[in-house]
Amino acid sequence: MRIYALAVYLFLYIPIGVIALFSFNAGRHAAQFQGFSAQWYGKALSNPFVVDAFQTSLIVALTSAVLATLFGTMAAMALQSVKGRLRVAFDALIYIAVMVPGIVIGIATLIALVTLFDWLNPLLAAVWPLAEGAPQLSLGYGSLIAAHGLFAMALVIIIVRARMAGMDRSLVEASADLGATPWGTFRQVTLPQIFPGILAGFLLAFTFSFDDFIIAFFVAGSQTTLPVYVFSSIRRGVTPEINAIGTMVLAVSLLMLVTAQAILQRGRKAG
Amino acid sequence: MQRQGLRTWLFLAPAGAWFLCMLVLPLIVVFVFAFGERGAAGGYVPAFTFENFANLGARWTAFQNTMILAPVGTLACLLIAYPLAYFLALRASVRWRTLLLILVIVPFWTSILIRSYAWIYLLGGQGIPSLVKAMGLGSIRLINTPFSVLVGIVYGYLPLMVFPIYVALERLDKRLLEASSDLGSPPWRSFLQVTLPLSMPGVATGCMLVFILLMGEFLIPALLGGGKVFFIGNALVDLFLQSRNWPFGAAVAVALVLVMLVTVAAYLRFTRRWAGGRDDVSLM
Repeated sequence: MRIYALAVYLFLYIPIGVIALFSFNAGRHAAQFQGFSAQWYGKALSNPFVVDAFQTSLIVALTSAVLATLFGTMAAMALQSVKGRLRVAFDALIYIAVMVPGIVIGIATLIALVTLFDWLNPLLAAVWPLAEGAPQLSLGYGSLIAAHGLFAMALVIIIVRARMAGMDRSLVEASADLGATPWGTFRQVTLPQIFPGILAGFLLAFTFSFDDFIIAFFVAGSQTTLPVYVFSSIRRGVTPEINAIGTMVLAVSLLMLVTAQAILQRGRKAG
Repeated sequence: MQRQGLRTWLFLAPAGAWFLCMLVLPLIVVFVFAFGERGAAGGYVPAFTFENFANLGARWTAFQNTMILAPVGTLACLLIAYPLAYFLALRASVRWRTLLLILVIVPFWTSILIRSYAWIYLLGGQGIPSLVKAMGLGSIRLINTPFSVLVGIVYGYLPLMVFPIYVALERLDKRLLEASSDLGSPPWRSFLQVTLPLSMPGVATGCMLVFILLMGEFLIPALLGGGKVFFIGNALVDLFLQSRNWPFGAAVAVALVLVMLVTVAAYLRFTRRWAGGRDDVSLM
């Protein structure tokens, strides 16, 4: 039984390890390790396309995670006191957002936005006071952030809600009875208790956006995120440079996950 | 009371608007487009026709591959995941359990793109096949076969299967197992008559999650199937980004979502019948 478990863990981690190991390979050959070198990292980081895609991914992941965490937490808090049809509708929306596959979300966002823009752009041009320079709406940062934020927000709502379910309601009532304002109660009682959930939600939202390929593939427009760049380079062939980029991407998500897990665990013990 | 209500609405408004604009309306657009016609230069021309649905057979291979490899992949995940979940829930020491569980889940939250890429590396000509050749066992071909896609599927979705089964097994009342063995059942009989039936809700949840996600998979067949083993997801990418046949693509997407809905409905019926009811499973 123990040996079986070990084998499964090896299966899960050897491929990741191989990528990490070969990203430090001095040679170009994929099958043999020819000494230790960080040259592929240098190559990757001096490639303007990689740096550009990395920046795009970072901006999109940060913005969508911040917005998703803010609006998601607000919704999770409000939903506590909501019952009836509105509650059912929100629950349904959250489940749909999580269950509908990324590819369908990507397609839906693509055709809805392109149709909307095709329709709005002539209108915008018509009402634009100057002869030239009317703004052209197109896919890019906005659509990436909106589409990533959608899934991320559902995720945050689920996590924060789970955290609230374990919260002691009597503390909130006590605080109100003792004359605290709703804002004061929120800041001093509710927030410290749900904060681990909010932070963990933020980190997972960031990780999701940073790693997502399929939605970005459809809605990135003229922008390129890091996963989209990696995908198109893989198509052109396997190179040690991709190993280096891949290892960095894995390192970023691992860092986020370990932090999220540590926060959740500590929150569980304290709460 | 009035103020309370206003605040609730204000707090829900941004999330509600986001869901409406980026989820509900786009999904409606897909549904409407599925009944439309293709424009001369691609795109969409309003119409009401069932032609796109009647044409679904044109992508039959994609549907066929998906409907074969998604269940097979789900089953493979289940067979590999169950013993591991069993070990984690009932055999592993409590001290290590949390860490071991986290180690299973972590890969699921890292880039599936990079993880699938790792298998291109391992299964490609310079990976395992070259090792096999060096050992004098002849030449084999692994990449771009149904087998390599299956490996990628198991690798990608194993964590999602382990977790619900673990939760079900962990909640299992250990006294039932003691009672069973006290009454003289050999371990294998206790397993078949107590453990396995009681873990079925977890098995059902895991199978449903993996199956649904597999139905919409694009990356694994694209990277490890090399254009020979393609799923509905690959057909969708082709229809939307290459041939720009939006209405037909929309019809394929609608068909895909319908198959998923049927799966979820079957799952709900199954779990409701299985007494225990639905387990809410979070991935973290």
